[in-house]
Formats: sequence, structure tokens, C-alpha cells
Amino acid sequence: MDGIDRRILDIIQTQFPLSPTPFKEVGERLGIGEEEVIERIKALKEKGIIRRIGATFEPRKLGFTSTLCAASVPEERIEEFVAVVNSYPGVTHNYERDHDYNIWFTLIGRSKEEIERSIAEIEERTGIRGIKNLPTIRRFKINVSFSFERP
Amino acid sequence: MDEVTRQICRIIQEDIPLSPRPFLEIARRVGKTEEEVLRIVEDLKEKGIIRKFGAVLGHRKAGFRANGMVVWNVPEGERERVGNIMASFKEVTHCYERPTMDGWRYSIFTMVHGKTREECLAIAERISEATGIKDYRVLFSTREFKKRSMKYF
Repeated sequence: MDGIDRRILDIIQTQFPLSPTPFKEVGERLGIGEEEVIERIKALKEKGIIRRIGATFEPRKLGFTSTLCAASVPEERIEEFVAVVNSYPGVTHNYERDHDYNIWFTLIGRSKEEIERSIAEIEERTGIRGIKNLPTIRRFKINVSFSFERP
Repeated sequence: MDEVTRQICRIIQEDIPLSPRPFLEIARRVGKTEEEVLRIVEDLKEKGIIRKFGAVLGHRKAGFRANGMVVWNVPEGERERVGNIMASFKEVTHCYERPTMDGWRYSIFTMVHGKTREECLAIAERISEATGIKDYRVLFSTREFKKRSMKYF
């Protein structure tokens, strides 16, 4: 990844042009051709640096609600627990963290009740009890972009 | 939301085509013009239904290998003030208030991404100094089991 790649990443994360020829416009800002922009983006995708290019939706505006859950799972049961949790389509992130509550996952659902039902079901299916349900009370910030070149 | 808009959302919730005219390709698939597709996407963005349009990175592969969830024990009356200060740090990507309960006393959650753990710990320390909140924990991720974008459509 060189300097041009990093500048491309900065632009297409936060200022992706919603125009007929977005890659041409990115190239114009960097003094390179449209084809080179597309080739570089392809390579960044192949390396897994770019996961996708598209829309990120606001769940609340679409009638969804989300929560963060924490579970305390014994080491030898993690694999089985994670398999059950990840089988839910509303689970988008699932991480192991270094704490007594060692498994943290996000869960999106149609309602608080649906989320509570899913958590109860996960407890039932895995035998792991006491999963903490920590829905957002207030959102101060969400900005998932990573800056590479600071001006 | 009409059916064409849903069809467009179904495409853009995943990946747009990597071609010179990505929106023209989408337009052909849904039977609209390029201009109409762009107008629909702009409109969804203006309404806040689309929060962001652009590249989503695999942050680990992009060099941000350390990801610390910092949880803070902030007294009830101070959460507004403290949450806003925490959100003002550019290294903080998410800042949420969440409920406390028996066995869980931390009310504010911030996500901090850095190149190393040390970098994340140093950021947390600076936030602690700026807010006066001393009771906090940095929970680093040790394994990633799932990370994907939600399929709403």
C-alpha cells in the first residue's frame, strides 16, 4: 500500500462521489487515470483492506433496533457458543475480548422484544446464562472511517 | 419505500460494480436510468436512511490491528458532558451510553482503533485525563468471530 492507495482510501471512505463516473473523479483529484483508480481499488479489495463499497444503512430509520450483548463463556465452550450466536442473521459483529465477559456481539432485530427472545433462545440452546443486554441509550458518535493521510 | 428503491438497496447494501459507470450498471439491472438511480441514492442519504456511502474497510488488514473497547464508569449526571468530550477525540469511532446493571457498572462505551495496543492505552489515558473519569477498562479484542454488514433488504 503506497501513498496513492492511502489517499484513495481516504477519499472513497468519506467523500465517495455520487456521480456517473465516481472513479474518474477520484482520479482527477489525485492526478491519475480512472483505470488506475479501479485497478488499485481491485487490488485493495483482494488484500481485504477494502471489504466492500456501498451503502451503510441506519437501522433505526428502517424500523430496526440493535443492541450489544456480553456473555461469560468458559474457554472450552466458546466454539460451540459462537457457532450458535453467529447463526443469527442479526448478529453482525462478534468478538472475543480479554475480560470476564469474554464474548461480545451485536444483535439487530425488528424490536426490543424480538431481541430479547433471541437472547433467551441463545441461552436456552447453549446453556450459557446471564447474557447481558446493553442497548444504546444515547449515541454520541458513530464514525467508522479510518484516516491515513493527515492534512 | 417502493419496489425499485428496495431493489437498489439490495444491491448497494453489498457492493457496487467496480466499473467506470457503476450506477449505470445498477440502473440497467433495475430498469431505471442512471440519473434516477443516483437521485434515489442521494435522497436516501439526505433522509439519513443511508448513513454513509463509500468504502468499508477491513480495519485489521488496513493496519489498525488493535481495537480497544473502552468502558467507563461515569456517574449519571455527568454522562452528557463526558460523552461529548469523548466523542470529540478523533481516535474514537463510536461513543455510546448503555445501561448499567447488577455486575456491570460501566455506562459509556468508546471504540478506539490504533496500530498497537500501546497506542490504544495511551488514547484511553488521554481521554481519562480530559474527562476526569478514572474508573475504566480497555477490552482488547483477541479474536474476531464475525464482522459483516447487515442485510436489511
